[in-house]
Amino acid sequence: MADFIFFNSYLILFCPLLSFVVIGLGHLRSDNTFVGKFAITLSALSCGYALITALTYFIAVMGHGQGDVYPAKMALDSAWLNFSPTLTANMGIYLDPISVMMLIVVSVISLLVNIYSVGYMKGDPSFNRFFSLLALFSFSMLGLVVSSNILQMFVFWELVGVSSYALIGFWYEKPSAVAASKKAFIMTRFADAFFLLGILLVSFQSGSFSFQILNSPETAALLNKNFLFAGMSINMLTLGTLLIFCGGWGKSAMFPLHVWLPDAMEGPTPVSSIIHSATMVVAGVYLTARMFPLFAASESTLFVIQCIGAFTALFAAVIAITQMDIKRILAFSTLSQLGYMIFSLGAAKVCAEGGHHESSINILGYSAAMYHVFTHAFFKCMLFLGAGAIIHAVHSNDILKMGGLKSLMPKTYWSLLAACLAIAGVFPLSGFWSKDAILLASLQSGHYITFLVGLMTGALTAFYMFRFFFLIFHGEARSELHDVHEDPWMTWPIIILTIPTLFAGLLEHFFIIHVVPPQLDEAAHFVHPSWLPWIATLAAVLGIGSAWLLYGKGKTETAARLKDMFGSVYTLVYNKFYVDEVWLFITHKILFNCIAAPIKWFDRKVVDGSMDLTGWLLQVGGKGIRFSQNGQLQFYLGVTLVGVFMFFFLG
Amino acid sequence: MNGPFLLTMIWVVPFITALACLPVRVDDHQRIKMISLIGNLINLLLVTILTCKFITVSAAQPVADGAVASLFHFTYKVGWLKMMNIEYNIGVDAISVLMMLLTAIVIFCGVLASWNVNNQAKEFFVLLNVLVAGVYGVFVSIDLFTFFLFYEIAVLPMYLLIGLWGTGRKEYASMKLTLMLVAGSAFILAGILALYFESGLNSFDLQTLSQHHFSDSFQYIFFPIIFLGFGVLGAIFPFHTWSPDGHASAPTAVSMLHAGVLMKLGGYGCLRVGMYLMPEGAQMWMDFFLILVTINVLYGAFGAIRQTDLKYITAYSSVSHCGLVLFGFTAMTFTGIKGGVLQMISHGLMTALFFCLIGMIYGRTHTRTVSEMGGLMKVMPFLSVAYVIVGLAGLGLPGLSGFVAEANVFVGSFSNPGTLNRICTVLAVLSIVVTAVYVLRAVNDLVNGPIKKQFATLTDASLLEKVPVTILLICLFGMGILPGWIVELVNNAVHPIFNNLMR
Repeated sequence: MADFIFFNSYLILFCPLLSFVVIGLGHLRSDNTFVGKFAITLSALSCGYALITALTYFIAVMGHGQGDVYPAKMALDSAWLNFSPTLTANMGIYLDPISVMMLIVVSVISLLVNIYSVGYMKGDPSFNRFFSLLALFSFSMLGLVVSSNILQMFVFWELVGVSSYALIGFWYEKPSAVAASKKAFIMTRFADAFFLLGILLVSFQSGSFSFQILNSPETAALLNKNFLFAGMSINMLTLGTLLIFCGGWGKSAMFPLHVWLPDAMEGPTPVSSIIHSATMVVAGVYLTARMFPLFAASESTLFVIQCIGAFTALFAAVIAITQMDIKRILAFSTLSQLGYMIFSLGAAKVCAEGGHHESSINILGYSAAMYHVFTHAFFKCMLFLGAGAIIHAVHSNDILKMGGLKSLMPKTYWSLLAACLAIAGVFPLSGFWSKDAILLASLQSGHYITFLVGLMTGALTAFYMFRFFFLIFHGEARSELHDVHEDPWMTWPIIILTIPTLFAGLLEHFFIIHVVPPQLDEAAHFVHPSWLPWIATLAAVLGIGSAWLLYGKGKTETAARLKDMFGSVYTLVYNKFYVDEVWLFITHKILFNCIAAPIKWFDRKVVDGSMDLTGWLLQVGGKGIRFSQNGQLQFYLGVTLVGVFMFFFLG
Repeated sequence: MNGPFLLTMIWVVPFITALACLPVRVDDHQRIKMISLIGNLINLLLVTILTCKFITVSAAQPVADGAVASLFHFTYKVGWLKMMNIEYNIGVDAISVLMMLLTAIVIFCGVLASWNVNNQAKEFFVLLNVLVAGVYGVFVSIDLFTFFLFYEIAVLPMYLLIGLWGTGRKEYASMKLTLMLVAGSAFILAGILALYFESGLNSFDLQTLSQHHFSDSFQYIFFPIIFLGFGVLGAIFPFHTWSPDGHASAPTAVSMLHAGVLMKLGGYGCLRVGMYLMPEGAQMWMDFFLILVTINVLYGAFGAIRQTDLKYITAYSSVSHCGLVLFGFTAMTFTGIKGGVLQMISHGLMTALFFCLIGMIYGRTHTRTVSEMGGLMKVMPFLSVAYVIVGLAGLGLPGLSGFVAEANVFVGSFSNPGTLNRICTVLAVLSIVVTAVYVLRAVNDLVNGPIKKQFATLTDASLLEKVPVTILLICLFGMGILPGWIVELVNNAVHPIFNNLMR
């Protein structure tokens, strides 16, 4: 029975694919709700089957592994692309705790976003295109999470990238949306080129793409050697894992490749909600977790991961404080939370200065990151859906133009309150537990700076989320609002999402015990300092409190005064530290003007010019010869005479 | 129908088609087009039958492990010019079969795409069919002399086709293209004759020649001559400059056929004549050519960024992508060579579709300058979506043919452990970012953004125009999603070439 269910797990992917093809190719016109219902039905089937598979996995596989670890299950694996007699890329479905967890997250959120979109996109002339692209995304993302090998992951990695591209630029007549889509695709593509190099390196050394082989200690040992390049000694394991991580660097928008994510908010809000907060952007985290045993073998890689994660978490949180666009605040918040997940994975490496735990792994870092992926997906998705409902009602993205929406949109108000409390890390909501686990992991592993950064970011998160919340819902309306209402298609998914937001904390024990990396020895037991939850809560309360002081009841005056006090700093932060401008400089000034333009000139003038020159020389030569063969006897006679005279004199 | 007869038919049918057009009244365009279409449809069927037959035959007679001689099927040999022992000697292996399939698809679509050629249509289609006959002839020939003969038949009509039916600076472009290609041909002819006389076997038979071991010094001189000679047609740097001008001036079907199939003759010749007959020469010269084609890959991609004409963008991207074909070959690994062959097929389909779409778009907007267009998605969704898809194929999106080929090329070149190879692989892989930049720039300027007023009334593709686009799209997706059988076939054909190279 279990095998039968596993064997048919391709249905999870097949349903959205079918939806994509039918809606995309079929001329299903005019009747919008029919298309919506069709998409929802297939999404529901996919989601239902994903849940069945997950349940079967937890029931059937439980107890077959050693201790609490669930063994991986290869549900399907068939050859796809044969590279050489020894190297073949497969397409498969690989079930283990993290892929099953992601299957649930992706399919549930996809279903809810589909329902929501029927309301949100109502009346849009490209309604069908939207649903077909959304289905393409679901298919690609589900394919990504169940990948059995790294090449398959790359395939779906690119496909989620392209569906993200198409959906960011969904309103293709809007130049800003088009520019944002291009930026997102090229930035992630830039990272993916390094990812591809990493795949080439690692798979060449190990002779396989399969995660099971790549994650084995043998591969790590095989890769762990140095080679000399330009006088530097480079460790191949570190190089390979860092290159692979580059893929995640771009996809999860870590600094300095983060600039595409805020711009990606130009897409329709349901898209921001599913792709740019809940699922696709955590692909980088997922990739790191998927390859964790290999990554963990390299100390430097985990160190880089930790630094970049912690820095991005703080950096994005600081920017989020100053932003005014409702979706951009959430985008920076996503960046910051992704930073949490990434540094949590990096913090799994226990600091060597502890002495007896030298180079061991604290698996809590891994479990906590996965747990945060899970909880964050739901509450962040909900925040975005809520923001979408507000934008839909207010027709503006500017939080300064909102205010006083509490009485007008009560359902949204209460749901978003739950989400804001969750992301701020208030007991007992889901965010509290996962953040607590992350902080604990970094504390246990001895990364005190990272721990402090995490704590500080926590306080900032609470502050900017409640700044967002108070400015939108409290006080008086700051602009004229017409016809504000809540659409049931949009309200219900938000309400449903409050369930995991409120109760996912119950799963903490499950995640910490069962969602652990494969093929790693259990590290020593760590203590759990009892003061940690109090400190974390204190940070959250501090953040919420200061937000209340500045923006409670919808006031903005105090904040405006503060803003004037820190004028230049504020401008710097408000302009996102000018990272976008640096990228613009690199692409336009350097890439276009200093490389591409000279090459164009060189090609036309030098290469092509030399070809033309050759032709010209031949022509001139031909004319010269023609002159000597012009058929005039006098000329021939003259030349002969000159020759005779020359012989005469020379002789 | 037995194999050799089928092979002969495949190159004879286009000639017959060309002849059949001759007695038709000059202004009866419709009939001429129908004759061409039917002729090419028949050929498409014949090639499909050939492919099916070939799959069964090659499954029954697999290439032996460690074989060093290419296994040709459906061979047939009859003496022709006894004096020099030139034979009509035909046969196919998987590479040539796939290339013929590609040719058949591209030309069938090309005829449909040139349905609106009304200026001297008779001459146009006659020349087009002669050209196609030459292309098929190259792929069925085992005898190097007939190989060269067909090669010239394929190259020369291009002069008239571009010079008469082209646009822009057509005389200049056609002259340049023809002269450069003929200069390449001179190299090839010299190389082939040198092979013939040096071997002393009194034979142009590829298989016979491959048994002969040419001395190292001979190979050292003549390998680059042959490789460059074919390389000119494969747009090798710095002999690629005929390509942008030529493609930009050529009429749609000619661009399609030229970039889609003819440029592949270059790669095909490099592999079949250059690397297969002179493995030691290949070993000696590979580093040099590796550097050249790496320049090709990057240079073409960067060159495309600043172009403003759609055809120039595509032509430079062809330079980059054809560079990847040779890049795969110069990797000197099994996977690399296979990747090069796959890239020939993939690029053929892709670039044919590119030029096909550009022709249709140009026919409506009467401009090819990207900055003057915009928002075409609104008025011609079919063409725009097709353009986006083929653009994505160009940047190597998985699920489309480009990825399958590029993945093989990159894996193959990375598995050559030489330091230079590694560096070049890194550079070539990074070129995919540049590709993404120019593809997306073109796509965004073309199909996205607000629609210009003068284009607001344009119409989408007609049913007749949708047919070739759809066929090519299906091929792109088919190869991208289910690459299995093509890869399997190519594997069989590449094994002996690779073994021979490593002997």
